[in-house]
Amino acid sequence: MSLIHFDAMRLPARCQELRKEVRAFLESEIAAGTFDPDRPEVGDKNADEFSRRVGAKGWIGMTWPKKYGGQERSFLERYVVTEEMRIANAPVRRFFVADRQSGPTLIRYAHEKIKQDVLPRIIRGELFFCIGMSEPNSGSDLFAASTKATKTDGGWLINGTKVWTSSAHLADYMIGLFRTSGSTKENRRHGLTSFLVDMKTPGITCRPIGQMSGQRDFNEVVFQDAFIPDDHVIGEVDGAWKQATSELAYERSGPERFLETYDALLALTNAAGAKPDVRVTVGIGRLVAQLHTLRRMSVSVAGMLEAGREPVVEAAIVKDLGTVWEQGLPHRVRELASLLDLEDDEEDVFRNQLDFELKIAPKLTIQGGTTEVLRGIIARGLGLR
Amino acid sequence: MSASETLVVETAARVLADLADPQTIVQQRDDAWKAPLWLSLQEIGLDLAWASETGGGAGASLADGFGIIREAGRAALAVPLAETLLAGWLLDRAGLTAPGGPMTVAPVRPKDHLTLDKAGRVNGRARMVPFASDVEHLAVLATGDQGPLVALVRTADCKLKPGKSLAGDARDTVELANVLPVHSARLEEAGTQEKDVLLLMGAAARAQQIAGALDRILELSVLYSQQRVAFEKPISKFQAIQHSLARLGGEVAAAASAAASAADTIANTGFDDAAALLEVAAAKIRCSEAAEVGTGIAHQVHGAIGFTDEHILHRFTLRLLSWRDEFGDETFWSLKLGELIAARGPRELWPLLASR
Repeated sequence: MSLIHFDAMRLPARCQELRKEVRAFLESEIAAGTFDPDRPEVGDKNADEFSRRVGAKGWIGMTWPKKYGGQERSFLERYVVTEEMRIANAPVRRFFVADRQSGPTLIRYAHEKIKQDVLPRIIRGELFFCIGMSEPNSGSDLFAASTKATKTDGGWLINGTKVWTSSAHLADYMIGLFRTSGSTKENRRHGLTSFLVDMKTPGITCRPIGQMSGQRDFNEVVFQDAFIPDDHVIGEVDGAWKQATSELAYERSGPERFLETYDALLALTNAAGAKPDVRVTVGIGRLVAQLHTLRRMSVSVAGMLEAGREPVVEAAIVKDLGTVWEQGLPHRVRELASLLDLEDDEEDVFRNQLDFELKIAPKLTIQGGTTEVLRGIIARGLGLR
Repeated sequence: MSASETLVVETAARVLADLADPQTIVQQRDDAWKAPLWLSLQEIGLDLAWASETGGGAGASLADGFGIIREAGRAALAVPLAETLLAGWLLDRAGLTAPGGPMTVAPVRPKDHLTLDKAGRVNGRARMVPFASDVEHLAVLATGDQGPLVALVRTADCKLKPGKSLAGDARDTVELANVLPVHSARLEEAGTQEKDVLLLMGAAARAQQIAGALDRILELSVLYSQQRVAFEKPISKFQAIQHSLARLGGEVAAAASAAASAADTIANTGFDDAAALLEVAAAKIRCSEAAEVGTGIAHQVHGAIGFTDEHILHRFTLRLLSWRDEFGDETFWSLKLGELIAARGPRELWPLLASR
């Protein structure tokens, strides 16, 4: 029997029907000027209203229980919505994190009262979530987190600093990891607790951190005696380490793990025309072969998740291969584009596009689990650790 | 995959494990294992799994056959099981009966071309034909003045110029000069060029073999890293080795996924559209890339011992590398796929990918 197994999973017909619906919706949004696939910055300012309309379509939290406003649709249907939004460069930032990971975490571990309050609002597209994991001295090593939550009457007081927190300045809520007691000799992972943090809580300040890509969504989030009520604890006090694993498979295996620089390939195919130079043709063919394979692997993991399995290793493989590939893509496109004979203005448009992809490329193998962490997980799956 | 399909593939795996164990083959240093193995494959009907029952075969599904071929890859098999399956399939497409015994197919290179003249004789030259000098019959795809034909030819009637693959398996040049076939028949199906169909089918088969062999070299490498002690601990405990093997795991996964997807496409929707070209080209390209990376890592982890004659690793790695060249290499399929993508235009790229 093989150590690693990926089925030839196909999306069922109802998914391809849903795809048509999503495409029609996105086309109408583009026509209405909500966003422009070629200029993502246009969509940013309309992200809030877009989010509500996606919510109205029932496409946020669509796999969640009906009692919280979800539709209990399949994970494969969600997969289709996610990939169509990503390919169109739709402004999904307001709901994407909540839909992918914050909501599922709350469903599994939050107090019932919190679930009834928060989940329906996520589903309507009203809530923006961020993730408070990294700290100045804790990145990949989550269990080194030192931002403290100290028990007080009716809740907890938080003190410390989270950094590189994407979109914290816009978020309504954070799901954050805080130290509620020290680690023990037997278990260095002990002592961390997951909290739902209302970002409007007094004592929380966000300071923007600029990024080399020109994007401005990183933040430093400082907590000074920020009070979090008891019912905002997510799961077991001191036991967050037991809760982390299964959602990661969703986070790591989705289409966003190999499509982040897809626009570079699209721009190349566009600029190359119908009968390009043979070297460009071969280059495009090879890149498409690699991309198709990654997508088939990702769909296969979606099928495992839908079947109720926990494909931790398979998801880590998709993210490792997918992010390394999407990181290299703008560089491969650059090499091939050198063979094209472009007019000055065409070249300017192409360069602009490519410059952006080249600048974001380095972060792709860091965010959401570094390549090194992923390879550790794969090695464990192979029985080496 | 249904239960009965699994049973066929499991049977293939068991027979190959019993009668084509690489360790035994390497130790014995002769071909004595081949005859009893073939007898057993023949008895069970695995060799002609793809020929219909009326055509002398077992009439197994395409999915089953691809499963058998993957097992052949897992065994680094050096007898023409995949080729006999392909030959049986090709003969069956034209309604011809398979003769029994191992066979091979031609042409396997995109640029080779065979013809059938008005007098019913086959002409042309096919290079790198796998195992041609080891078999009695050759199923060939040729062009006649009324379109594509399949012919069964005796290798004794051809002129063979022996050649070898990287792994030392026969890859011969077959010259056909006015060869009268045992029998021949026209292919009725129109649509995709028949020569492309043989290349697509062959490439999908080679992708399965590569995926299978990669799977085994991952197993071998993991096992070896746990046994080999250096600097006072098993080398599997070094992070550098762990990360190398994790990368190998990724390549194995990519190859398995791509090969399974292509086989599934052929089994369920056939050859005649852009999806088949995308799937098979992607599988052959991506499996070939994985063969290079995987071979490199497996040898690196094994160190000097993996480079010796008596170790079994080379049986896998050299075949992995040589399978890349047959039924179209990465460059051939990249060009085909690139042409398809360019001709359809940038707006059609995502819809094509998403349709799979």
